Amino acid sequence: MSMKLSTRQVDGVTIVDCSGRITLGEGSVMMRDTVRDLLSKGNKKIILNLGEVNYIDSSGIGELVSAFTTTKNQGGELKLLHLTKKVHDLLQITKLYTVFDVKDDEAAAVKAFK
Amino acid sequence: MELQVSYTLDSTVETVDHAEEKASRIATEMGFGEDEVMQISMAVREGAVNAVLHGNNYAPDKKVTLAFERTSEGLVVTIRDQGHGIDLKSIPNPLAPENLLKTSGRGIFLMRSFMDEVEIRPSKTGTEVKLIKHVPGQAADKEASQ
Repeated sequence: MSMKLSTRQVDGVTIVDCSGRITLGEGSVMMRDTVRDLLSKGNKKIILNLGEVNYIDSSGIGELVSAFTTTKNQGGELKLLHLTKKVHDLLQITKLYTVFDVKDDEAAAVKAFK
Repeated sequence: MELQVSYTLDSTVETVDHAEEKASRIATEMGFGEDEVMQISMAVREGAVNAVLHGNNYAPDKKVTLAFERTSEGLVVTIRDQGHGIDLKSIPNPLAPENLLKTSGRGIFLMRSFMDEVEIRPSKTGTEVKLIKHVPGQAADKEASQ
């Protein structure tokens, strides 16, 4: 299953609903383009909803890191929402779980932005 | 079940997907559990990414060889590229605090995390990566019989 992304606004926060695979190639490129497009339009409060992401490889992990640092460098904030067990485990073994701001409740995630 | 099969593949993103699919199918047929199948297929995917991207640099005239073999150890997967060979000493530890926010460099770490044995043999004519996953219980049985 290839990757699908859609965006929606909730109280000034952009939520990117992701589904499928974030892997080398199309999935990683879509993620990169979407985050860069949001930032260029001034949307700097971003939540990546990964609840329907069933697979991620090292390239996908790299894209999450890139999205996080790019947003932060532009004065924004990026949070991850609804990690599946596979993605959660991968972020744990790569020690990235504590780097990202991970939430499991959408309303709480939206409220958590400064 | 005897198994020995090899494929010669182009240096494309599609090859990475095919390598992962073949690994998943073969590991499932060998009786590995769901979690182990995922680990094996992901390790093979990472090996294929390294071969296609870092080894062969997507060169159309360079191929990736992917071989699966069932041995007394379990499943042995060998991935070879035709690049210039990687410098293992130059690969930073992705878990070091200064490297955590790097966007690449986790492939070999993931292979080592998911497989029982990983051997990497770089040479000037390419890199060979051997990934071994023991069949559950086999390593313990082997030790007990010694």
